[in-house]
Amino acid sequence: MTAGSSSRDDDAVGLVSPGHSAGLRDVVGSRFLLKLLVDKEIKVRYRGSVLGLLWSYVKPAVQFVVFYIALGIFLGLEQSERNPAGLPNYAIYLFSGIVLINFFTEALSNASRSIVTNGGLIKKIYLPRQLFPVSAIWVSGIHFLPQMVILVVACLLTGWTPSVLQLGTAVLGFLIVALLATGLGLIFGAVNVYFRDAENFVDMLLMVATWASPVLYAWTMVRDQLGQTALQIYLLNPLTIGVESFHFAFWMPTAEQTQGLPPSFLSVWVPIGLVVSILVVLLGQLLFSRLEGRFAQEL
Amino acid sequence: MPVSIDIDNLDKRFVMRHTRSIKESVLWLLKGRRGDLSRKFSALEGVSLTIQQGETVALLGFNGSGKSTLLKHISGVMLPDAGTVRIRGRVAGLIEVGAGFHPDLSGRDNVFLNGSILGMTEKEIRQQFDSIVEFSEIGEFIDTEVRFYSSGMYLRLAFAVAVHTDPDIFLIDEILAVGDEPFQKKCLAKIKELNEAGKTLVVVSHDFDMVRKVCERGVVLEHGRIVQDGTVSEAIGHLRAG
Ligand SMILES: Nc1ncnc2c1ncn2[C@@H]1O[C@H](COP(=O)(O)OP(=O)(O)O)[C@@H](O)[C@H]1O
Ligand SMILES: [Mg+2]
Repeated sequence: MTAGSSSRDDDAVGLVSPGHSAGLRDVVGSRFLLKLLVDKEIKVRYRGSVLGLLWSYVKPAVQFVVFYIALGIFLGLEQSERNPAGLPNYAIYLFSGIVLINFFTEALSNASRSIVTNGGLIKKIYLPRQLFPVSAIWVSGIHFLPQMVILVVACLLTGWTPSVLQLGTAVLGFLIVALLATGLGLIFGAVNVYFRDAENFVDMLLMVATWASPVLYAWTMVRDQLGQTALQIYLLNPLTIGVESFHFAFWMPTAEQTQGLPPSFLSVWVPIGLVVSILVVLLGQLLFSRLEGRFAQEL
Repeated sequence: MPVSIDIDNLDKRFVMRHTRSIKESVLWLLKGRRGDLSRKFSALEGVSLTIQQGETVALLGFNGSGKSTLLKHISGVMLPDAGTVRIRGRVAGLIEVGAGFHPDLSGRDNVFLNGSILGMTEKEIRQQFDSIVEFSEIGEFIDTEVRFYSSGMYLRLAFAVAVHTDPDIFLIDEILAVGDEPFQKKCLAKIKELNEAGKTLVVVSHDFDMVRKVCERGVVLEHGRIVQDGTVSEAIGHLRAG
């Protein structure tokens, strides 16, 4: 090394390459901005709307009533004298799963669009881009709260007395689903910049999600119709774990006789669900940071 | 003087993609990659530029010569294909008027959002808030939705936020043309003040008179290459000569 180049290096102390992010860690560092982005989203969405945030109560309630009448009464899935094989207290069964799937659907679909939607900003100013999918998930979490209120009220009306274990499992179930949405949101949010097909693919995925988890029917049907192996695969889906956790916490304490949890649910499947979701987040993080360098030019 | 911006042999090629759907890409692959799905061209080629702290640099060149692209590399919005870009300290860019402003939010909300986007902490924004509003001359309209602002008001607020982020490097891309005469004067004064405080300035503008007032050094880009690097008068002379 020559003297000339070393003096140049002295001048260069403290120089950093701009535009390299530390991924989700940067999001933690930008908590205030995250909060502002979430506030913005909530304010903008309900701007000029009379009912405002009340819509997030009305929409799931209507969805619930429609499903309940169509599936519970017309198709006879609710347990009754004529249909002893049905699920008891089907309304709560359905609703506890639906709120979680609603959260997942909104979270993933908004997160997948978030980078393209915020393209104008991403093209002009450098900031941790993971903020956008994460804030989309967060906003969905806020919309999830009113649905939880409705669910808890409905549960209390039907004699709900959950145990601490059940409540803890619900929290874990939610966490598993939120992590899954975050990971997939990072993946599809990034891919969507390059291929707008990603949005449509996600819409399709979400349509399948409702049916690929025990929201409308009981997990025992999978075992009885498709066998043990199919059940194992079915349980690998973190959504299944999340929904069953919610059934465990909200529906089972209100129903007299239930099919119970799938075998080794709490000891094996919940931890597996958590691990799968965390792996998806890590994969999302990896893919996102691979692709984000070219966001500004591709948008 | 320490180095503020160090760009070494920067290359940037853009892909002009003609298609954006998987179907078309797959068909293209199946057909043995015939036809050009993409065409590459160099927006920046072998750009090396070292700017000392406190320098005022005008970046000049015709439309499409790569000025904005270069600024985006300094701010970190884009990453080089080859070469390196290194900077010292915080960058604030006025790349475009009101990037990061949301029309449906009030001026107040936008000050917080934009300040935070530009890297200010909550505390910094609260401390600077009154000063930002004063500088912008927005007055009581600060609680009005930004969609009702005139383009001048929009610019004033955006500029006010940006100068209050206390950046070490300030990038300005063709924005000073907006706004009325008195505010332009005020902006120039503020820019000079920033420079006296030791900030580095990189200004893109087609307004040669303005550039002459603010900048000492001039760099001319032509088709993504630096073709002239000297005083601002030399740079303007080079451009005028064609
Ligand atoms: N994201 C992009 N994708 C493809 N081409 C781009 C992109 N951004 C800029 N270009 C092209 O790169 C060249 C330089 O652009 P730019 O830096 O904006 O020029 P200037 O600011 O000097 O007018 C232009 O030909 C422009 O069309
Ligand atoms: Mg430009």
